[in-house]
Amino acid sequence: MLEVKNLTVNYGAITALHDVSLRVEAGTIVTLIGGNGAGKTTTLRAISGMVKPKAGQILYEGRDITGVPPHKLVGQGLAHSPEGRMVFANLTVLENLRMGAYLQRDKAVIARELEFVYATFPRLQERAAQLAGTLSGGEQQMLAIGRALMSQPKCLLLDEPSLGIAPLLVKSIFEKIVELNRTRGLTILLVEQNANLALQVSSYGYVLETGRVILAGEAASLRADPKVREAYLGG
Amino acid sequence: MTELLQQLINGLSLGAIYALIALGYTMVYGVLRFINFAHSDVFMIGSYVGFYLAPKLGAGSVLGGLAVLFSAMAACALLGVIIEKLAYKPLRNRSTLTVLITAIGVSLLLQNGGQKLFGPNPRAFPKLFPETQLHFGELTVSSNQLIVLAVSIFLLVMLWWIVHRTRIGTAMRALSFNATAASLVGINNDAVISFTFALGSALAGAGGILYAMNYPSIDPLMGTLPGLKAFVAAVLGGIGNLPGAALGGLLIGLVETFISGTRASTFRDAIAFAILILILLFRPAGLLGKMRVEKV
Repeated sequence: MLEVKNLTVNYGAITALHDVSLRVEAGTIVTLIGGNGAGKTTTLRAISGMVKPKAGQILYEGRDITGVPPHKLVGQGLAHSPEGRMVFANLTVLENLRMGAYLQRDKAVIARELEFVYATFPRLQERAAQLAGTLSGGEQQMLAIGRALMSQPKCLLLDEPSLGIAPLLVKSIFEKIVELNRTRGLTILLVEQNANLALQVSSYGYVLETGRVILAGEAASLRADPKVREAYLGG
Repeated sequence: MTELLQQLINGLSLGAIYALIALGYTMVYGVLRFINFAHSDVFMIGSYVGFYLAPKLGAGSVLGGLAVLFSAMAACALLGVIIEKLAYKPLRNRSTLTVLITAIGVSLLLQNGGQKLFGPNPRAFPKLFPETQLHFGELTVSSNQLIVLAVSIFLLVMLWWIVHRTRIGTAMRALSFNATAASLVGINNDAVISFTFALGSALAGAGGILYAMNYPSIDPLMGTLPGLKAFVAAVLGGIGNLPGAALGGLLIGLVETFISGTRASTFRDAIAFAILILILLFRPAGLLGKMRVEKV
């Protein structure tokens, strides 16, 4: 479904990604783990067109999407729930969700998707008329995912869904992520600091360090790998 | 008492025009974070479009007057979009200062281009609507003042409706909050920015017509002073804040009118700038400007 080949991204003189290659098969959850500044978020940003790669190629459903701006990818079923959530704090929860379906003109489809998002995250329905800026961190994360779902994605780039959220909520959000994958067949490329949790829900994983892929493999084998255990899973 | 009411009506009809212009400044600031100094000259162009179209569209009747008004708005909307495409869009990722200086350049171009094209001398603005004086006791209200108020209120309500009840308006608000997130949900930011310029410039065009109806002498430099005062109004209300711009415009119009009615009348143009200095000293975020305000 998604293939990244030899991707190199520079921020000014700094190389953020160096020759990164990865594959995400349709219907799977694949995770990128690694420390701060390893290039996880940059990889997602390059895929969704927020940053222009210096070299390399990104293929989505067999099409070359390298350098295509983000607003043109949403309509192709590639959604990005970004780092820091980036909900529209000045809009209500409902307006945020409607903006998620910005390209969808069919009101019946929007209503159906809205119902689906509310069923997935009932909290959002309770807060529908509230400004998004007044939500808690966990609720904002639900909203960010819900907003991305409104575009009916086939593939979701999900950046740090656990960041700054109470542990109990993290667990429930991850359950939803797995559920979306199982019931909707949603393909997910997950970036996560919490490597343990990420590898539990994924089928395949990549370990990034200073902009390079240093390890890749089945999630189960990564969890068993002594180097990964020591560096990312707390021994 | 009568004089107070009289001044109130005069002030409101002047303030409504400032409000229309101020909204354009504040909307563009909302999406691009810079002050479009050419905005006041779009206002001037609006007057000239009215000047040239009035004889052709049957000005002097209500329908003719409205036709002139809407034509000027449409022409200014188009002009705003063209200015944005040619002058500002190529500078999208440059510093705000670069864009600001470009805006001053566009302003000079329109002023001097206007002097070349329309001639530098003031022209008498034709009558657009049938004119009468209405008397309420000792109070005298001209029909033009009522038209200014009615048109302004109508346009403000329309604007509110567009910004809050339509898809593109919601996209404007989303974009003004976070442009990156806006593009991630599929919003074509360039298209929304164009729309914002069209909307703001159309309001400036309406302002140009309404201003010329009440101060019926137009010239290519006429935009400068009302433009600056409207800019002050936008800052007074809280730049980026739509209700703030409307409120700021009304306040500036009222203060200016009341000052004109006193012995300090020669200070009427200075008062707006005194207000600017005070607001920047004591409440730089503006009257309605907070961290969590609605911005467009």
